[in-house]
Amino acid sequence: MEEQFAKTEIRKPENIVYKKTDLMVDRPLSYCPGCGHGTAHRMLMEVLEEMDIADKTIGVSPVGCSVLAYDFLNIDMLGAAHGRAPALATAIKRLWPNHFVFTYQGDGDLAAIGTAETIHACNRGENITIIFINNGIYGMTGGQMAPTTLPGMRSSTSPYGRDVATMGHPLKITELISHLPGVYYVTRQAVHTPNHVRKTKKAIRKALELQKENKGLCFIEIVSNCNSGWKMTPVQSNKWMEENMFPFYQLGDIKVDGKLIELPKTS
Amino acid sequence: MGELRLMKGNEAIAEAAIRAGCDGYFGYPITPQSEVMEYLMAEKPFERTGMVVLQAESETASINMLYGGAGTGKMVLTSSSSPGISLMQEGISYLAGAELPAVIVNIVRGGPGLGTIQPSQADYFQAVKGGGHGDYHSLVYAPASVQEMCDHVKLAFDKAFEYRTPVMILSDGAIGQMMEKVVLFDQVPRRTDEEIIKQCPWASNGRPKTRNHNIITSLDLDPAGQERVNLKLQAKYREMEKNEVMYEEIMCEDADYLFVAFGLSARICQKSTDLARAKGIKVGLFRPITLFPFPAIQVSNVGNRVKGILVVEMNAGQMIEDVKLSVGCKVKIEHFGRFGGIIPSPDEVVKALEQKIIGG
Ligand SMILES: Cc1ncc(C[n+]2csc(CCOP(=O)(O)OP(=O)(O)O)c2C)c(N)n1
Ligand code: SF4
Ligand SMILES: [Mg+2]
Repeated sequence: MEEQFAKTEIRKPENIVYKKTDLMVDRPLSYCPGCGHGTAHRMLMEVLEEMDIADKTIGVSPVGCSVLAYDFLNIDMLGAAHGRAPALATAIKRLWPNHFVFTYQGDGDLAAIGTAETIHACNRGENITIIFINNGIYGMTGGQMAPTTLPGMRSSTSPYGRDVATMGHPLKITELISHLPGVYYVTRQAVHTPNHVRKTKKAIRKALELQKENKGLCFIEIVSNCNSGWKMTPVQSNKWMEENMFPFYQLGDIKVDGKLIELPKTS
Repeated sequence: MGELRLMKGNEAIAEAAIRAGCDGYFGYPITPQSEVMEYLMAEKPFERTGMVVLQAESETASINMLYGGAGTGKMVLTSSSSPGISLMQEGISYLAGAELPAVIVNIVRGGPGLGTIQPSQADYFQAVKGGGHGDYHSLVYAPASVQEMCDHVKLAFDKAFEYRTPVMILSDGAIGQMMEKVVLFDQVPRRTDEEIIKQCPWASNGRPKTRNHNIITSLDLDPAGQERVNLKLQAKYREMEKNEVMYEEIMCEDADYLFVAFGLSARICQKSTDLARAKGIKVGLFRPITLFPFPAIQVSNVGNRVKGILVVEMNAGQMIEDVKLSVGCKVKIEHFGRFGGIIPSPDEVVKALEQKIIGG
């Protein structure tokens, strides 16, 4: 009885300070506990809800752990072939120019198999928003090396650590595309603390506002953890991410209003 | 009657797409079909009808642009030639799996590999038997004239939407490049966004508050679910076999012998038929117009009335497998082919008939 009382009390509209957005489908996420994908999804949906543009938004999900994003995001979605989301989004935006179009992609999807589609969508200045989840690994297929895997970092296909001499260097695709004139806004964020979550949400909002103004491509990288792929607990993985990923993939704006920001030297 | 023009096959494809009310063309240059996009860019359909034309960074990108556009209910087209179509196979498989309407034109050139830029029919297997991974078929039309290049575009769009399936127009470098007169059908207005939303309730083009979200995907991780998807596709292919078969019979009624040929080979065989008849050889021509669904019953009916069949193809013997499966083993069936971009002459074909079928 006490419980019931508490429930009705809390549900009064004037008492609600936070509520899960209806744009997240009411079903359990397929992500590992502690993974950043779910938070990134929620930020995106909260922005769509606040801007009231869900009915005018078309999303493209990748192949990767977030392949089932369309099951969780309560908006119209298309699941792309591995790496091809920017090609889909290009056509969708050109055919529905008054709609908001975004892709949501992992690092293998965006920076390995889909590099060409990424660079050319950026270079054409497609009026779309790309959300890029960089966890430095292939989460879905079981923790293989990604284009973004750090030097010396272990993965199932670099079991002794990434040897840059034979396996190549981690690809800073975000910096790379930021130099293209078709790209208007580039930022690198994270979602592992409330403060970072707030900043990410702001960035997503900014990108979608800019899309409304047809400013060109907006690119948001979210450096995220993959506790399963990294073989760590969620807490360990967040610490490892701060200590190892962030020095290499520095957080903050890279290009704003079509102009590159001078970044402090990276290690 | 519609407007009469002298056009290249490739140009007829492009003009027909505009007139059919196509919403978007996405392609990458490759000989011998580059005129399709060149014509479109020069013609500015974005001003004529509002149609989008975009040169993509690769055939991989073009086919996935098609997937994106088709998934929103728009009417989309790409064209390429053999190596480019090979690159598209993953995307075509996804289109089939996600049940999306799209039209893909293959102006075939000789292969394998980079091969040659001359005409060929060596992509029959790839077009008709699936091509990409998984159990699927595209509906395949084989035009034999510039007129059919034009007409098949409209037909292909109609069927792509009727069955929610990728449709392929399998032509070749000769029909793409040659000029013939063509009667163009009148402009069909492009559908408005509202009409598209009504016509394609399955499409992902923005969820109004009144319905659940639409999802375009070819993924179903549950084997039982994926089997259901496959059964649905197979049922669709059986429907196509029942309703969509197209073919042409030329002088088959009194024929002692039969040519079976599609596309350009059928055009050559038409002349060979005249040459042979002038020599007193009563030969007819059976021309499949749809390659999938294959006119199996129809070719069997004609084929089982004659003494021998010569299957003429610009490849090493591909459609002959379907002819043999259809006709059975009571009638002699041989193949005559030139490949690598060589077009057989009508005389050569008659000689092959005499040597392989009549004399053999
Ligand atoms: C053409 C093709 N090649 C390979 C795969 C297998 N595959 C699926 S997901 C994936 C990597 C995904 O990694 P990433 O994009 O970083 O996403 P994450 O799972 O880490 O979020 C690979 C290689 C595939 N589905 N399709
Ligand atoms: S494998 Fe990694 S990226 Fe995938 S859900 Fe688990 S933690 Fe997240
Ligand atoms: Mg990854």
